[in-house]
Amino acid sequence: MRDFAATSVATIARRGLWSDARRRLRGNRAAGAALVLLVAIALAALIAPALSPWGYDSLDWQHLAQPPSLTAAHWLGTDRLGRDLLVRTLHGVRLSLALAVLASAVSLLIGVSWGAVAGLAGGRIDGAMMRFVDVLYSLPYLFVVIILGTLFTRGSLIVLALALAAVGWLTTARIVRTLTLALKQREFLEAARALGVPPHSILLRHIVPNVLGHVAVYATLIVPQMILFESFLSFLGLGVQEPQASLGNLIFVGAQEMESAPWMLLVPAAVLVLLLLCLNLFGDGLRDAFDPRER
Amino acid sequence: MLKLALRRVASLIPTLLIIVTVSFVIIRLAPGGPFDEEQGVSPEVRANLERLYGLDQPLPVQYLRYLRALAHGDFGPSLRQRDFTVSELIERGLPLSAALGLCAIALALITAIPAGIAAALWHRPSTDLAIAAIAALGVALPSFVIGPLLALVFGVHLGWLPVAGWQAGAPRYLVLPVLTLALPLAAALSRLTRASLLEVLRTPFVRSARARGLGEARVLLRHALRPALLPVASYLGPAIAFVVTGSLVVEAVFGLPGTGRYLVQGAIDRDYPLVMGMVVVYGALTLLLNLLADLACGWLDPGARDA
Repeated sequence: MRDFAATSVATIARRGLWSDARRRLRGNRAAGAALVLLVAIALAALIAPALSPWGYDSLDWQHLAQPPSLTAAHWLGTDRLGRDLLVRTLHGVRLSLALAVLASAVSLLIGVSWGAVAGLAGGRIDGAMMRFVDVLYSLPYLFVVIILGTLFTRGSLIVLALALAAVGWLTTARIVRTLTLALKQREFLEAARALGVPPHSILLRHIVPNVLGHVAVYATLIVPQMILFESFLSFLGLGVQEPQASLGNLIFVGAQEMESAPWMLLVPAAVLVLLLLCLNLFGDGLRDAFDPRER
Repeated sequence: MLKLALRRVASLIPTLLIIVTVSFVIIRLAPGGPFDEEQGVSPEVRANLERLYGLDQPLPVQYLRYLRALAHGDFGPSLRQRDFTVSELIERGLPLSAALGLCAIALALITAIPAGIAAALWHRPSTDLAIAAIAALGVALPSFVIGPLLALVFGVHLGWLPVAGWQAGAPRYLVLPVLTLALPLAAALSRLTRASLLEVLRTPFVRSARARGLGEARVLLRHALRPALLPVASYLGPAIAFVVTGSLVVEAVFGLPGTGRYLVQGAIDRDYPLVMGMVVVYGALTLLLNLLADLACGWLDPGARDA
């Protein structure tokens, strides 16, 4: 009898946040399938362009505007200039993913610092900082992206990522501030303050590590948003420029050509939709796994 | 209620001022200028052009001048579309853009709320699954994908509607653009209506209304619907933002001569007054519509009035 009690306590104790989350995530079949597809797309985008005889900007004058066919030299067809659509689409996925990951990382950095400082400082500083966030929030997201996109038109990809990050940090800042306000009430922070720990080490040692777990989960939902913003900008001609391919400018060119060459629209559009769908499904699954109440 | 409304209206001006200031700084920080692509312009002519438009002044001076002109309702001249003032350009494009946006919001509301109610009342696993699938697709289908796809199917293949373009007084040119804008909105709104109505139908006051012997229709219309529509009303703010930005894409996809292209083209051309004018108009519009959405929430939910 006593043995039984001991083992059951042990098994209960071992079921922490992480194992619980892993179990819930494994039960979520949609999220699992999404993850597999995501890895496949990412690997294809990383490796395949190197295996193909065509570059993203190499012209094949023998095959202009070829429709897709598995027996031809270009599996998914070519555009007006004879550029391989498969290679260009995968190149676009690579660029979109890289920009989105970079932009998400920067936006998290800004969001976590902003929210943690506001929450820790409190009072007037907190009010002013969060008022600024509110103002930006009340504007249409993509509207701000366009204004920031002007910074990029003749700039570099890094600037584009920064412009994207500049609109993505608002929600993170709000979440982190709320978490920080809750943490401030806890005894260990009171103890740290009573011991005379300076604010910057309270911030780095106590607040940031404690909010990071929540933020990491939210981050998986920022990435698809960033992909969406990037392709939106590129679609409007404010983001990635020719001859570089991004999903956004591929869809734009495809929309121009859809009457004679519909595959030029359908291929990048399908890939973008698939990518966004998988990222969102996986992100939702991850969030549900860590915080089932949010469902 | 009145106090809340007044306070919110009063907060519009400083918010708009912040928006104007931030966009002014960002646009002027951007590399390049409005006369970069001018062909065969000698440095002297360019300096003259810049002096004509006051671009040779220090930035703070230009900023204060702009604010003063703005206070008098003067958006200034367009730097690239010669012989047009920004106000004239806005007057030309705004009616079409406004019609597009309003039709889309109206269509989304008219279809989404009944659909959401129906889905809540007809609560089965099969419909739930369908709704979840639509919701998942909804976040993955941006308007710049939906638009061209609709044009491809209904314009190119079926030939029912024009692929793109605009003729004054021919509403069929607006059908696909409105659909493109309304579809994602309707998907989100109907899901919201369904979820919130399901929640309200489980509350005690609905149970007691039923217990008092009221018919299902009366319970729904007199008791459950008003609180259930509250989240829908509070989603109107984001929905407005969605329509405003979505119209930029939709106007580009379908070649509509609205105001959306001015913002994008103005940004590419570094046509400073044009971009600023669009920022002010769209910013003010968004803030105002958000205010209306908030007031609608206050009307639906007495508890939210003090917040």
